[in-house]
Amino acid sequence: MAEMVAGDRRWWLYRKAMVVLWVSASVGIWVGLHWYIRRVSMRKAEESLVSMCEERARMLQDQFAVSVNHVHALAILVSTFHYQKHPPALDQETFADYTARTAFERPLLSGVAYAQRVVHSERELFESQQGWMIKTMKREPSPVQDEYAPVIYSQETISYIEALDMMSGEEDRENILRARATGKAVLTSPFRLLGSNHLGVVLTFPVYRSGLPADAMVEERVEATAGYLGGAFDVESLVENLLRQLAGNQDIMVNVYDVTNASEPLVMYGSQFPDGYMSFSHVSMLDFGDPFRRHQMECRYSNKPPIPLSAITTPSGVFVICMLAGYILYAAWNRYDNVKEDCRKMEELKKQAEAADVAKSQFLATVSHEIRTPMNGVLGMLDMLLDTNLNLTQKDYAQTAQVCGKALISLINEVLDRAKIEAGKLEIESVPFDLRSILDDVISLFSAKSREKGIELAVYVSDRVPEILMGDPGRFRQIITNLVGNSVKFTERGHIFVQVHLAEHSNTITEAKVETGLNGHSGEAKIISTGTAFDTLSGLEAADCRNSWENFKMVLSHEQTLPTSSGMPNDNYADKVTLMVTVEDTGIGIPFHAQNRVFTPFMQADSSTSRNYGGTGIGLSISKCLVELMGGQINFVSRPHVGSTFTFTAVLQRCDKSAGSDAKRALSEVLPTCFGGTRAILVDRRPVRGAVTRYHLQRLGISVECVSTINEVPNAIQGQNGCLRSGTHSKQPCILLIEHDSWDTKADVCLCNQLIQWKENGRIIEIPKVVLLVTSESDKTKAGSDVDIVIMKPLRASTVAACFQQVLGIGKQQTRDRPKGSASLSGLLDGKNILVVDDNKVNLRVAAGVLKKYGANVECAESGKDALSLLQLPHKFDACFMDVQMPEMDGFEATRQIRLMESKATEKNRIGPAPEEGSLKTAWHLPILAMTADVIQATYEECLKCGMDGYVSKPFEEAQLYQAVAEFLVSDS
Amino acid sequence: MLGLGAARLEADMNRLMALLFHQGVLDEQFMQLQQLQDESSPNFVSEVISIYFRESEKLLKNLRSLLADRECTDYRKIGIHLNQLMGSSSSVGAKRVRTVCLAFRAASEHNNWSGCLRSLEVLEHEYCYLKTKLHELFQMEQQRVMAAGARYHPLLS
Repeated sequence: MAEMVAGDRRWWLYRKAMVVLWVSASVGIWVGLHWYIRRVSMRKAEESLVSMCEERARMLQDQFAVSVNHVHALAILVSTFHYQKHPPALDQETFADYTARTAFERPLLSGVAYAQRVVHSERELFESQQGWMIKTMKREPSPVQDEYAPVIYSQETISYIEALDMMSGEEDRENILRARATGKAVLTSPFRLLGSNHLGVVLTFPVYRSGLPADAMVEERVEATAGYLGGAFDVESLVENLLRQLAGNQDIMVNVYDVTNASEPLVMYGSQFPDGYMSFSHVSMLDFGDPFRRHQMECRYSNKPPIPLSAITTPSGVFVICMLAGYILYAAWNRYDNVKEDCRKMEELKKQAEAADVAKSQFLATVSHEIRTPMNGVLGMLDMLLDTNLNLTQKDYAQTAQVCGKALISLINEVLDRAKIEAGKLEIESVPFDLRSILDDVISLFSAKSREKGIELAVYVSDRVPEILMGDPGRFRQIITNLVGNSVKFTERGHIFVQVHLAEHSNTITEAKVETGLNGHSGEAKIISTGTAFDTLSGLEAADCRNSWENFKMVLSHEQTLPTSSGMPNDNYADKVTLMVTVEDTGIGIPFHAQNRVFTPFMQADSSTSRNYGGTGIGLSISKCLVELMGGQINFVSRPHVGSTFTFTAVLQRCDKSAGSDAKRALSEVLPTCFGGTRAILVDRRPVRGAVTRYHLQRLGISVECVSTINEVPNAIQGQNGCLRSGTHSKQPCILLIEHDSWDTKADVCLCNQLIQWKENGRIIEIPKVVLLVTSESDKTKAGSDVDIVIMKPLRASTVAACFQQVLGIGKQQTRDRPKGSASLSGLLDGKNILVVDDNKVNLRVAAGVLKKYGANVECAESGKDALSLLQLPHKFDACFMDVQMPEMDGFEATRQIRLMESKATEKNRIGPAPEEGSLKTAWHLPILAMTADVIQATYEECLKCGMDGYVSKPFEEAQLYQAVAEFLVSDS
Repeated sequence: MLGLGAARLEADMNRLMALLFHQGVLDEQFMQLQQLQDESSPNFVSEVISIYFRESEKLLKNLRSLLADRECTDYRKIGIHLNQLMGSSSSVGAKRVRTVCLAFRAASEHNNWSGCLRSLEVLEHEYCYLKTKLHELFQMEQQRVMAAGARYHPLLS
């Protein structure tokens, strides 16, 4: 239990951990997805930033280049018109006018001016020509310099710089020096422009005197320099204009730097301290045409790019899906767990139930067995008590006790059987048995009761059922006994009829019956309404119409049309035989409401049944189990107050032919064969009953002719006599069997008179013996003086045979008829000395008795050794009967020793002196005959092998004895 | 009076015999045994039967002791005993005893201990029944002989 709790706890923790893990995994997925989408959108923003930045840089560069080109053009203009014309064609007015009119071409330049190169030596001349003093940037007269660069022409917008020496400004001076050295446009670093106060740069262009080669040296360039053209770029407004032209300028922050000195970039545009979204930016290089200076443009977003909505919604959706999936899995898992747990519990309960069931069965078996053992003692003692001298009361008490005890034993046996079946311990054996004798036995068991009640009890076995079958005779008998017992118990009038057919055969008949079903049923209905007798065994209606004469006749005729020889089915059919056994009665029937629990143990139709009829109701359930064990099934048809018909099938095996014949001798009740050819006439109104009687008589070899009334008898006899006359002359006696209900004293008297008359006339040789068949004691009184014998039903072949023997005197006749056999036996055995060896005293005594009867002098020996000592040569015996199975030394061994002894003696005789007078024999050979109970071929061969001369079966049969003895003994007579 | 008694006894005997035959307790062999009885051996039947009872009781006792212990049961010995019992039973015509013996032997051949025990119980029961009935028969026979003797005595003398 504690383990389970621990397991539960662990499981609970595990489950919790799983939930947490799942949720965190989902959150992880959410975060991952979110980041991914953001990354993608960022990259897109970055890309667009790059492209926008590049675009701005290129435009700026282009516009700048355009402006530079114009300045270049101006430089050429100045050189052309100022220096190559004499006098110069250019003056301040023209320059200002021209530059003002072409200002639209240089939107970026706030203005342009031209400064002439003046060396110090030329200053005075220059100043006088121009009429003003060269001034410094601070508007002071310029101090003495090596050279000067005073502005002589300027655009109107920047006219304030006229006469200012450009060399005096630090940046401008540097610019001028670089420009004249390179011959290209150069830029200053950004600074605050005069006037606008905007950040700007100054562009300076050198103007050379003409004739300078393209690849001139620096000194040459300096020498050739005439002046400098300069212009101020207002970078701030330049960039602002540019950005204004472009879309999306709100979003982007642009900074332009001069990075000539990489360590401290100078801001050309934009705030000194960059703001906006700092995390990413793009830098584009700018080329303004000055190789010395380097500029770059840096762009960034003014605001952080917004997080796209999809970065929230998509992962959220996925998260929800994940949670749902997790929940579904969890629920499924939970359910699976519950179901598994339930299943385990069920399994446990099932095991417990099964164990309880087995325990119950074992308990029953044990207890039953334990009760049975002392009960047997009680019964045995009661038996012995009944053997003693008791007065009537005592005897009555003891008998009652015995009956009760027997009932108890049978009940216990049934319970034990039931328990064994339930425990699966009951095994069906497979031994050869004779079905017919088993049925005879069962019938005999109930004969007393049936006679008492006056019930017709009959059995019929189809000819097609093999004589010997393999199966469990005990269990088979048990089933039939149970069914017949029930029937006898619940039947007060009418009949009980047991039939055995082959199942497949019976089925074909039933099918045939179904075809004519409608007619049959309507006919039946009519019969019921008119109330006439039914064509059944006793004339009473039966629950199942199977046994009506119509049907039965069909079965019979079917049997006759098919070859009935036992050889044929043996050859043609499989090993298995399915028998169908029907037990039909005309008892009280089973109420409809109880029919479905007939096979339930301890369940009778109702509680009053056991009061009235006794019994426990376990028998049928056992029968059902047994039938199922035999591979068949049992069912029934029952109608209250009409009767019940129980039908069951059982699968048995055919016996081998060779083994069959041997087994038959051992198993079957030996029916006398002396009635072969006897004829009988049966008077019976009921064809079914007639067929049953015929079946029993045919087993005895009696041929039967059936007539329905007594008046037809003379004709039948006539017919037989006709046969007699026509040549097949036979002295076989004739028997007239009459059913008790056909018996009428008057009619009988008539018949007898007629028969006597006929005999006197010589029409018949012998008056047939009249046999009356009765079912109850009371019918016996009907028998008048004309009846030779009364046979009580139920019929049993051996009983009938005994009665017939008595009435026909065949038993006596045998001795009379066959004086030859007996006489010859007497002749053969008379006065002979015979040794009988058998360890079984009873057999010894009987064998001795038989042999003595034929006049032999018998000596007995109880073992092989005794026989050997008696047979020491020379001896007086003429023959020896030797039992085969004996302890210590069996018959074979004894015979071998005897033969050995004899051969030695013969040898000695031949070598030794002439034989004595008494024994004229030259060679000893004592005929030894084996006595054995099981006469099978193997035994016979072994007999011959060890030197025996033949065998006789036990118990002795006269003919066989004669046959065996005749070969070896020479009759004295 | 006495003569009537003898006739009644004879009828009773016949009825008893018929019953035994009908129940399959006895068979034709018993009749043959009776036929063997004649003047030369007047007590042949009872002699044989009493030998039979003596031997059978011995055998039954042996069988019972052989089957006492489930573990060490000598089925071979049981078979030998059964063969003896079967032989003698068939000689006297004790049919039902013999049939039971057959089943018993089948059980012993299968080493089926419980089957053997069951068969033994049935066998003992059958045997007791046979014994009782035959005793009854012989008692009647004796009475009949006595009655007949009493009846015929005057005639003889």
